[in-house]
Amino acid sequence: MTALPDLPRGADPARASSSRTARRRLPLGPTELVAAALLSLLVVMAVAPGLLAPADPLAVSPTDAFAGPSLAHPFGTDESGRGVWTRVVHGAGASLTIGLVATMIGTGLGVVLGVLAGLGGRGLVGRATDAGVSRALEVLFALPGLLLALVVIAFTGPGAVPATIAVGLATAPGYARIVRSQVAAVRRSPMVEAATVLGRRPGLVLVRHVLPNALAPVVVLATLGLGQAVVWASSLSYLGLGSPPPAPEWGAMLSAGRTYLAVAWWMTVFPGLAVVVTAASATVLGRGLARRGRGGRR
Amino acid sequence: MRPGRWRRAGRWLVGRLLGALFVLWAVATLIFFAIRLVPGDPAEAILGGPGSQASAEALDSVRRQYGLDQPLFVQYLAQLGRLATGDLGTSYSLRTDVGRLLLDQLPGTIGLALLALVVAWSIAIVTAWWATLGGRIASAVSSGLEVVASAVPHFWLASLLILVFSTRLGLLPPVSTGTPAGLVLPVVTLAIPVAGFLGQVTRDSLLDAAATPFALSARARGEGPSGLFVRHLLRHAALPGLALSGWAFGSLLSGAVVVESVFARPGLGRTLLGAVTLRDIPLVTGVALVSALAYVVVVALGDLAERAIDPRGRAA
Repeated sequence: MTALPDLPRGADPARASSSRTARRRLPLGPTELVAAALLSLLVVMAVAPGLLAPADPLAVSPTDAFAGPSLAHPFGTDESGRGVWTRVVHGAGASLTIGLVATMIGTGLGVVLGVLAGLGGRGLVGRATDAGVSRALEVLFALPGLLLALVVIAFTGPGAVPATIAVGLATAPGYARIVRSQVAAVRRSPMVEAATVLGRRPGLVLVRHVLPNALAPVVVLATLGLGQAVVWASSLSYLGLGSPPPAPEWGAMLSAGRTYLAVAWWMTVFPGLAVVVTAASATVLGRGLARRGRGGRR
Repeated sequence: MRPGRWRRAGRWLVGRLLGALFVLWAVATLIFFAIRLVPGDPAEAILGGPGSQASAEALDSVRRQYGLDQPLFVQYLAQLGRLATGDLGTSYSLRTDVGRLLLDQLPGTIGLALLALVVAWSIAIVTAWWATLGGRIASAVSSGLEVVASAVPHFWLASLLILVFSTRLGLLPPVSTGTPAGLVLPVVTLAIPVAGFLGQVTRDSLLDAAATPFALSARARGEGPSGLFVRHLLRHAALPGLALSGWAFGSLLSGAVVVESVFARPGLGRTLLGAVTLRDIPLVTGVALVSALAYVVVVALGDLAERAIDPRGRAA
């Protein structure tokens, strides 16, 4: 595309023509670095909560109930006098594990379904597989987002493990659709054609050429999806379908704080902030990786 | 209107109808067999779950009444037959007709979702337009909205809005009563995340469209910035957003589950939540079927709107 004079500001042709394809390899910018630092902090919270919050997240102290943020309790205390900061720090482990496992279930299923569908095309079996998987995905898409997760929980009953599985299943169709189109695109690429012409066996072409190139974006998608999974898992807990209350898990804390919204805003604001910081960091980092990937690969 | 066009439209409609029927059949089948896969006695579930300590006679009579003593395949065909005639069965927990119950709940949720959709599109288009005018504030606001959209749970957004506008300022009711004022917070809660995503794709395609030769030639003919936007660019900018209408619907509906619960608003989402908590399978099936149908309709409408706006798709 040639340069056009008098474009609206902010719409330079390089940006417009390259918004999808050729962006140069960029180092992670300041926003991405902050996101990475925040995620590292969350990992520290998850692995060694005692470092940041030495108190016991389950120790009840009724006389301290509903205290606002102070030096002793930077995020205030809840209805049983437990420090919200302590519980947010100790909750990182549970919340991040649920998010990670759900994302792994979602991407795992998505990759299997997507590869199966994407490899179809030629041959009767292949075409039938593609059509079957695509139809199945269409059905799953008809129960979007939390709806599928809720239907799953209707059968399994509430709890942290069912909620994790439900969120994983609910995210799988999205991954599957993207993997399918990736596999299909890579299969038609000149590179794969060349390998086939050179007499490589189909299995080898699949493992050595198609999969590595088709699955590279999944890492980025999983980073973006982690935030979504944490948000959905916390929503399920908030609705009373995830981890049961005494556990220091962000969604469960938010569910407890709901009753006291008018008297103790800190019980809602801080655990929610933890969810938002996690999801936003994952999103920002995922976007950064995506931008890098677009410039670097292909 | 030439006959070829009618034939194409007819084929499109038939394809959509068959697709919708397939989706409904698959959802009903999946749920039917999922119940049998999960440990637990369906008869016990009808009587209120394992905690109900139902007697053997009561269980037997429920089994007979609901046909649970029949072979699985007979039960399955009977269930499909009932669904085909529009009979969604009786709710375990509320003991009422599921179809009637859902008809009562549907308008509230659809109204809420439609209002939220209108608000979301308005926010998306305004921020996208603002972003094309340039300026650091505009792009900061729109990229901030994008992060908010992807990272903020509906229930937390709702809680913050209640804290600020109800508890602190006392401007709006925290509970969504029948009054218009009660609708403001739920609609805003639902609209903001959708607006973030729509705004993002709209802005990208708007910037792409602004850089094309046709935009240049329109400017050369003396079109001002707002005329260019309304008459030429908006068409292009809206397309990717419309392609996302299925996604937007999903976000609105799963948001409605949370929002209706937070604002104590009757509706489809809250019905589903109650049904899931009580493991009321006929009600869950009913909500799943209704929302799957709604999804298929929304995607078809989005497709129609896309065709109406983009003549390129029609020629093919």
